[in-house]
Amino acid sequence: MSRTISFILNGEQVSADIKPHHNLVEVLQREFNLMGARESCGQGMCGCCTVLVNGAAVSGCLYLAAFVDGAQVETVESLADERTQALSPVQEAFIEAGAFQCGYCTPGFLLMATQLLDAHPDPDEDQIRHYLSGNLCRCGAYPEIVDAVKLAARKRKNPRPS
Amino acid sequence: MATTMTQGSQVPPAKVGAQVGRSLPRLEARAKVTGRAEYTHTMRLPGMLQAKIFRSTVAHGRIKSIDVSAAAKLRGVYRVITAEDICKVIPSPYYGPAFHDQPILAIDKVHYVGEPVAVVLAADPHLAEEAAQLIVAEYEELPAVFDEIEAADNKTLVHEELKPAGTFADLKHLKGRKGTNVALDFKLRRGNVDNAFAEAAHVFEHTFRTQKVLHLPLEPFASIADWNENGVTIYSATQGPSFVRTEIARLLGWPENRVRIKVPYLGGGFGAKLYIKMEALATALSMIVRRPVKVALTMEEQFYTITRHPSTFRIKTGVDKTGRITARKCEVYWNGGAYADVGPRVTQKSGFTASGPYDIDNVWVDSYGLYTNLPPAGALRGFGIPQLVWGYESHTDMMARALKLDPLEFRRKNLLREGRPQATGQIVREVQLEAVLDRVAERLNWGKPLPPGTGAQRRGRGVAVAIKAVIAPTTSVANLTIAGDGSTTLYCGTIDMGQGSDTAMAQIVGEVLDIPAETVRIVPRDTDVTPYDMGTLGSRSLYHMGHAVRLAAEEARAKIKSMAREVGEPEGSNIPLPDLFKKKFGMQAGNIVGTGTYKPDYVPPDPATGLTDNVTPFWMCAASGAEVEVDTETGRVRIAHLITAVDCGRPVNPKIVETQISGAVLMHLGFTMFENMHIDAGQVTNASLADYKIPAMLDVPQIMENEAVDSYLASGPFGAKGVGETATFCVSPAIANAIEDACGVRLTSLPLTPEAVFRALREKANAPLEDDE
Repeated sequence: MSRTISFILNGEQVSADIKPHHNLVEVLQREFNLMGARESCGQGMCGCCTVLVNGAAVSGCLYLAAFVDGAQVETVESLADERTQALSPVQEAFIEAGAFQCGYCTPGFLLMATQLLDAHPDPDEDQIRHYLSGNLCRCGAYPEIVDAVKLAARKRKNPRPS
Repeated sequence: MATTMTQGSQVPPAKVGAQVGRSLPRLEARAKVTGRAEYTHTMRLPGMLQAKIFRSTVAHGRIKSIDVSAAAKLRGVYRVITAEDICKVIPSPYYGPAFHDQPILAIDKVHYVGEPVAVVLAADPHLAEEAAQLIVAEYEELPAVFDEIEAADNKTLVHEELKPAGTFADLKHLKGRKGTNVALDFKLRRGNVDNAFAEAAHVFEHTFRTQKVLHLPLEPFASIADWNENGVTIYSATQGPSFVRTEIARLLGWPENRVRIKVPYLGGGFGAKLYIKMEALATALSMIVRRPVKVALTMEEQFYTITRHPSTFRIKTGVDKTGRITARKCEVYWNGGAYADVGPRVTQKSGFTASGPYDIDNVWVDSYGLYTNLPPAGALRGFGIPQLVWGYESHTDMMARALKLDPLEFRRKNLLREGRPQATGQIVREVQLEAVLDRVAERLNWGKPLPPGTGAQRRGRGVAVAIKAVIAPTTSVANLTIAGDGSTTLYCGTIDMGQGSDTAMAQIVGEVLDIPAETVRIVPRDTDVTPYDMGTLGSRSLYHMGHAVRLAAEEARAKIKSMAREVGEPEGSNIPLPDLFKKKFGMQAGNIVGTGTYKPDYVPPDPATGLTDNVTPFWMCAASGAEVEVDTETGRVRIAHLITAVDCGRPVNPKIVETQISGAVLMHLGFTMFENMHIDAGQVTNASLADYKIPAMLDVPQIMENEAVDSYLASGPFGAKGVGETATFCVSPAIANAIEDACGVRLTSLPLTPEAVFRALREKANAPLEDDE
């Protein structure tokens, strides 16, 4: 039993035919070729599938696609500037701090770090660790991720003149 | 969390020359932070079917029947496949790097809970999953064996006959055997341990165990095969495309050039994605249905695919009255699970250094790789070395305590020195054992007493040091082309699974050709164009492939010079490359092609003694030190300070080296403190990330320091050694040694959970806890 949902995906009005059991990640991958949110544990434990729905992070592997009907959805693909392709301060900071290895978990960390800095522009180390404690990185890039978030906070405060 | 190397907030500018030694960010960094990096698990091909595996529910049994009728009737199911169908297209569908023992789908018997028995194919993966649940299999259960020590007495046999593969040069000695669970036994005999034990002032004997853990890459296993009569293309998350090609070609009876393996980025590997995993199944399924087939596992299924070897290590050491170790006997039992995978190599290679980084005249090693009815075990970041170091470095501390010697001084006194023979007989050169140990001791302020803590909180510290022989003999080949505009492209089969190899290889090219590393293009792995490489494993790539890449670039550089001479340029001319090509070809045209092959020398160990004077091209070594606080009321261990120093030669990319050390330490912190596959009658009972915890942000020690000591390997490419595994070796014993220092209890089994610590504390207080079973 299919139905059509409409939502705003990375700033663009879109629609998709889905079934009630489809999760958000598979719809983003299959219908929109957005592969940045990816299923890993399938239980909402690892954060690889993180997607922002109406500004709040959800586990896209558990979140039913039907729920985004009428919502705003943002994925990692929206972080870079659409026009100039310039990376966001958080993306830049992750590169400069060496905050990933295999990169599979990185989109989830980027979205959580962005949400953290939106809420707390100047987080201390404890805040960073606790805020990101629900995202897993098997390569163990945690120390570099903390460094990257601190660096991103500085970059957001002092943006480079463009 | 402090790290000792400075975090570069500014990317160093691309400059010509001095490419080796730059902390260049990963070449693929932009693709990874924009979500555009490609992984097999999310790839799709037009017309593709998805496979869902139906798995065995018994640990050992004869298959009486498989009823697929309900599954096949489900609307939308394309086909249900069993071994019978597989055997029609591949008559002998057994694979494996050491033994051809693993069937693509179970034939006649199942050997572990979770073994693939049947497959449902459908375009919709949800539907395939639903259908797989409708399959019913009946088994006649057989006695099963799970423990490696029990398996060694051969009363319950996992396989009736062993079938060696003979693919790899270092595993040629394996012979077909019957009536045994021993896949491989490695012996090392040096001096006379019995006499030395008789003469020793002190003899110590202990037994250590490690649990079953797994790699758990966040990108689960995935392969897509697209077969037709002319050839097969396989997209796969594999660490070894060359081996996959060889093995698939063998299964199909085809020449290798009809088998093409393409590998995008890997979402982690750690040894899991070596040799054949899903590739043979995907190929067979595609042959049967003549459509592309994707086999992509779930997280749960990874627990039934490949794990690390649980082990039992009995170690006995003789010490003379001056504190010199005179003899050591090691008996190691490796629990290989139902299929050998590369367990025999783990058994043998780790056996070389089972006696540790010490100068011991009399050594006896027996290392047994055993079949059991558990999910298979293979290589996991260290090839058995972390399990051995866990034993021998815990043992070292226990002896030092019993002898009332300082654990650091006891180690120093017995450490292998430059120019002395290692247990195999090879003379040890260019390994910074003293430097890594001294560095760790210095950072822990070993010379100054540690305040013991207050109340229930007890503090303690411990160290450990270890050595590993890098795998030999292995081959790497690299090709390099320069185009008419002067741009450079590298073709090498090393898989970048997060360790940063693409960046390091580009830096080596840049160093030789005097160009910025970021201008070098690395071709995505594709066996149709990338030449042979033995595999991305065992910290071998930077050394072996690094040399092959260096040789390829040097050949190209020589050809540039000769082309310049040919077109009449004066000696020492630095004519820009595009102008040189124009001069030669009259336009932007042509190529310069360089190639490099590297295979170091190796002398196989004598089968009777295990001795050889050339077992490895280089030694890796590391030391770790831990300072812990134990809550004696709960058994909880807080790691206040964890320092690891490694010898990786000269770091090609210091920042990436630091992250390799840090990541390896954190992964092994999980294996040390909490990771544990719980198994009940062969059934894994915690096969999910909800039930099997891996290290997260809050598990990172308060202070973590990671260092590479000053080192330069003369035989290495620009002085470098590999580093992927090195930092894994010492984490477990350093922490266990610190726990004993803190609260006086010694744990001899991993993991070091609060419950284990608390039970040991209660036992020490003569008030043991009752078992809750």
